[in-house]
Amino acid sequence: MRFSRPIVCAVLLSALTACGSGAEPAAGSNEIKVGLLHSLSGTMAISEVTVRDAELLAIEEINKAGGVLGKKLVPVVEDGASDWPTFAEKATKLIRQDKVATVFGGWTSASRKAMLPVFERYKALLWYPVQYEGLESSPYIFYTGATTNQQIIPGLDYLKEQGKKKVFLVGSDYVFPRTANKIIKAYAAANGMEILGEEYTPLGHTEYSTLVNKVVQARPDAVFNTLNGDSNVAFFKQLKSAGAASAENMPVLSVSIAEEEVTGIGVDNIAGQPVAWNYYQTTDTPANAAFVKAYKAKYGQDKVTSDPMEAGYNAVYLWAEAVKKAGSTEVEPVRKAAPGIALERPEGLVTIDGETQHMYKTARIGIVQPDGLIKQVWDSGKPIKPDPYLKGYPWAAGLSAGQ
Amino acid sequence: MQAFVNQLPIGLSIGAVLLLIALGLTFTFGQMGVINMAHGEFIMAGAYTAFLLGDLVLALPVAFLIAGLMGLVLERAAIRHFYGRPLDTLLLTWGVSLVLQQLARDLFGAPNVQVPAPSWLSGGLGMLPYNRLFIMGLAVAGVVAVWAYLTRTGLGRRTQAVVQNRQLAATSGIDTGRVDMLTFFIGSALAGVAGVALTLIGPVGPALGTYYIVDAFLVVVAGGLGQLRGAVLAAIGLGLLNSYAEFWSDASLAKVVVLAVLIAFLQVRPQGLFVLRSRVLT
Repeated sequence: MRFSRPIVCAVLLSALTACGSGAEPAAGSNEIKVGLLHSLSGTMAISEVTVRDAELLAIEEINKAGGVLGKKLVPVVEDGASDWPTFAEKATKLIRQDKVATVFGGWTSASRKAMLPVFERYKALLWYPVQYEGLESSPYIFYTGATTNQQIIPGLDYLKEQGKKKVFLVGSDYVFPRTANKIIKAYAAANGMEILGEEYTPLGHTEYSTLVNKVVQARPDAVFNTLNGDSNVAFFKQLKSAGAASAENMPVLSVSIAEEEVTGIGVDNIAGQPVAWNYYQTTDTPANAAFVKAYKAKYGQDKVTSDPMEAGYNAVYLWAEAVKKAGSTEVEPVRKAAPGIALERPEGLVTIDGETQHMYKTARIGIVQPDGLIKQVWDSGKPIKPDPYLKGYPWAAGLSAGQ
Repeated sequence: MQAFVNQLPIGLSIGAVLLLIALGLTFTFGQMGVINMAHGEFIMAGAYTAFLLGDLVLALPVAFLIAGLMGLVLERAAIRHFYGRPLDTLLLTWGVSLVLQQLARDLFGAPNVQVPAPSWLSGGLGMLPYNRLFIMGLAVAGVVAVWAYLTRTGLGRRTQAVVQNRQLAATSGIDTGRVDMLTFFIGSALAGVAGVALTLIGPVGPALGTYYIVDAFLVVVAGGLGQLRGAVLAAIGLGLLNSYAEFWSDASLAKVVVLAVLIAFLQVRPQGLFVLRSRVLT
């Protein structure tokens, strides 16, 4: 190790200077700094980079339209590196050192749970853009993705409507799938559905032949899939090549596969399968036509837009609207101004719910098309009131007590 | 019962995947003692080769060359300066693996890419899809080729001589540096071939290598360093163990069971299934 010490020092030094150069002197009076904190490296970069891109687009558009309170938004981008302690550390840096007005960031629940104490401690504001397992409502976080009653429960309603009674649960082994499956089991018990099996695999798992065998032998009417990340590719490839299941006789409903993931899985392997979200690139609203056009113009015609990207894009607009209403970028006035703010977004009308700091969102079920896009086949008709603790569902009583 | 019976071919096919990803390591780790953490990224290079060419069969030889050349460059430029310093080599190759992952992310983008599977590989026999049979066939062909190389060619015999006694081999006129270079080339090239095959069943993205690297090392360690038959038996054994452990419990627990069994096994036989008596590479 004698030899490598100078190298390590050099690496550390260069890292330090790199960090240092990112910290600019306090923003001038005509600028507002906002933090963007996503994984730009590591296993989650695949998803989070696109959310950051959508947030940057929103910032650019707002600046073009004159900024907020007459000031330009200046993004300070940090890399959470798919590592949860790094998220907490970078969040602290953005709040304490860069003194950003707010932070847009996170994807996995683990990263949000790591950042939550930091934002509560410094009374700073985080906008979290991804659907998650619910059972949380921090006064310092605004949740712009779906909670369970806006995605998972509508997904189950859809399966029930399709007459699917026997369901097999497949998920990655961490907090979101396990909590989601608790909810699904409670729903099934109350709605006369039968759960034939519940299987978890470690994140990044790629060997699904045994699991496919179990699913095929159980003969479910449908599979509810909460796998996350690259595992979806292996699962769908191996399910397809096992040849025993088709989207008609055994649909696999997924809640973590959006437009972007479809290409990697291979359209052939997933075409015809249902997914549950609040937004698709094909969602037919004027705001979405503009969003898709602007995104493609900025990042390339071959790029697709997805639900978490749209939620990140919305977050910036919703925050800017709250700042305008409050006349200040201070956290407490913005929090007080936010409830009730309603904007026409690409997914339709989005309203901030004051009590939970979640959004009213429209639930949508879509089918993956042979061109890789997702076509809506069902929606909830109107935005659903967020209910992260599922208080409005009698069958869910006792679920949140377990947390 | 049907499900139970199905697990047997599934276990064998898992074993074939393990064997394929570990075959290259039996050279670089097994023969040369180099802990190459970038082995997974050579697998990734093979997978991306298949993506770029869009033709699986054509990709096999091309990936062999590309991954092999990458290994050759790594060995000549860096690893050879670190022989006899396993810890430094581990850090070095781990760093290289991170660099290669980021390079892939910059070149091909963070999202997974799709490699179209040839139509003649769709379908299957019972629980064994043709693409699994293809992988099993490739693993068998790989083992036969490696065995033939090591025992039937002059180069292979020289490789074994260097492994068994480097000084003696050198004094007998064998250019050990050249042998190292060639061994590393072949080991890395085999990783490339494995990468092409893995596009049939798994994700093709920058993190691909990280999903397989630990399993590959497990096979080589369990089989015994430098032992081809050890690697074959270990891969099949681990595949079957994995298959049935997951069948009776779940995927997370199966990983625990496999590791626990392996640790217990290494307590009894610290050098793996088969022991090669040789001097440590110096």
